[in-house]
Amino acid sequence: MVENRHWFFRLLPHVVLSLGVFIVAFPVYVAFVGSTLDATTIANGQMTLIPGGHMFENYYRTLFVGTSGTTRQPVLAMMFNSFVMAMTIAIGKIVISIISAYAVVYYRFPFRMAAFWLIFVTLMLPVEVRIYPTYKIVADLGMLDTYAGLAVPLIASATGTLLFRQFFMTIPDELMEASQIDGAGPVRFFIDTVLPLSITTIAALFVIQFIYGWNQYLWPLLITTRDNMQTIVIGIKKMIVTQDALTEWQLAMTTAVLAMLPPVAVVILMQRLFVRGLVETEK
Amino acid sequence: MDKRTAFNNRWLPLLLLLPQLVITLVFFYWPASQAVWSSFRIEDAFGTSTEFVGLENYQVLFSTPAYYQAMVTTLIFSTAVTVFSLSIALLLAVMADREIKGAGVYRTLLIWPYAVAPAIAGVLWYFMFQPSLGMVARGLRGMGYDWNPLLNGNQAMVLVIVAATWKQISYNFLFFLAGLQAIPKSLIESAAIDGARPARRFWTIVFPLLSPTAFFLLVVNVVYVFFDTFGIIDAVTGGGPAKATTTLVYKVFADGRLGGDLGGSAAQSVILMFIVIALTAVQFRYVERRVNY
Repeated sequence: MVENRHWFFRLLPHVVLSLGVFIVAFPVYVAFVGSTLDATTIANGQMTLIPGGHMFENYYRTLFVGTSGTTRQPVLAMMFNSFVMAMTIAIGKIVISIISAYAVVYYRFPFRMAAFWLIFVTLMLPVEVRIYPTYKIVADLGMLDTYAGLAVPLIASATGTLLFRQFFMTIPDELMEASQIDGAGPVRFFIDTVLPLSITTIAALFVIQFIYGWNQYLWPLLITTRDNMQTIVIGIKKMIVTQDALTEWQLAMTTAVLAMLPPVAVVILMQRLFVRGLVETEK
Repeated sequence: MDKRTAFNNRWLPLLLLLPQLVITLVFFYWPASQAVWSSFRIEDAFGTSTEFVGLENYQVLFSTPAYYQAMVTTLIFSTAVTVFSLSIALLLAVMADREIKGAGVYRTLLIWPYAVAPAIAGVLWYFMFQPSLGMVARGLRGMGYDWNPLLNGNQAMVLVIVAATWKQISYNFLFFLAGLQAIPKSLIESAAIDGARPARRFWTIVFPLLSPTAFFLLVVNVVYVFFDTFGIIDAVTGGGPAKATTTLVYKVFADGRLGGDLGGSAAQSVILMFIVIALTAVQFRYVERRVNY
């Protein structure tokens, strides 16, 4: 940066970063290789780092037929469930948190701060600590094995509301005054001014929440009992049987690769939104 | 901080808040209060009625060695994952912050594991280290090392620590890199002109300026290890062997489901809630300080 460096110090970052990339990528590469082999090669422990020739067959069987063992569901159906769950969580969270943040920032009404704190405190209650009571409520409401049961309890959380509140505070007051002079009411102001300004924030939150929803584990594990409601992350766990002889590893690894593809694609293709969403939701 | 002007409408704001409040009340406050409530009660043998027993569930909890074992496990697990993932991420971020060719490519290649589900991360590592067919496990056994995480609790622990660390590096890396890039280059350049070598520049300028980021990440990582690693543990070890990888959160799950001890499980939930509230409070105190600073 400042002084001329010895060649060793110019090379060092590349060495360290390549090593980092290698560590990060290696397990995924092994899974990919596993998804191109046949069952016996893996079961006999003859696996190498060279992909085999069964890729098409494995992916076809996994996506459209499913494993012969425990899950018996085509993985494509599981991916559909995961997709519906992730989209419902992401969109639902954005909608309810943007309107509640709008109410808290742009209105004065009784119990405004009480409502804000009521939402805010939920930051401290991850689903894991209230798992069984929540399960019981969802069961009592008859929402087991439904998409609503999968998504709605995870929709409410303070992160989105806080993020939008923070963003609305940075919108200049003059914009609101100007639109009031023009005779626009609260709904007009929201649609014509606030919403267009929030597009980037919405997109960033969407990226984070989609990944969050897709990767859910404990919650779908508890509330889905029917095979056809399983998400892909649950499905793969059920494919790995404790008596390893029964595990169809090549299909399990194919499923692992398929489970990683959508969220990883989202991160790589929308990297700027992702970074922004991550840094801002955590503030 | 409030807006200078506001809309005056009595019902519209309540209507806008309604969906959020209803979901929050039904799926947060109600179950959380249920947890507190049932932590003071025990079910009879048939599960038909419950009886108020005061603090008995808590007393039982704190008199069982299994609970202390889970505490120790959680402590070891969270310390190891936090220390390893933070230090590896810091090293990578410092390297990626230099003016080198391909810094953007490195960044992309390092951040994507954030998108891998914890359970999937566990499965990936299990596949490599499964004692009879895993590639790395066979290598270890070939070298004469008796590797079997299915029987050996310490090895199982190592495996979940490695998988959890692997998954968390990308997150920490991203925040460290953002923190590093926010440090004005002129500060570092002037120190260089004064004759400070790179190592000294790092420890006297960069590291202190990075400490807010590091502290923030510390809290976030502890929360991550407490809760998000559930999927890793369930996929890799199922809490075993012999409960060697049963953390506090895993115990809540296992006792409530397999053990059917809902009162005891609820008492554990309540204790965890206090831990999370304490961590969040610590974090907010820090955020306030940063704002003042």
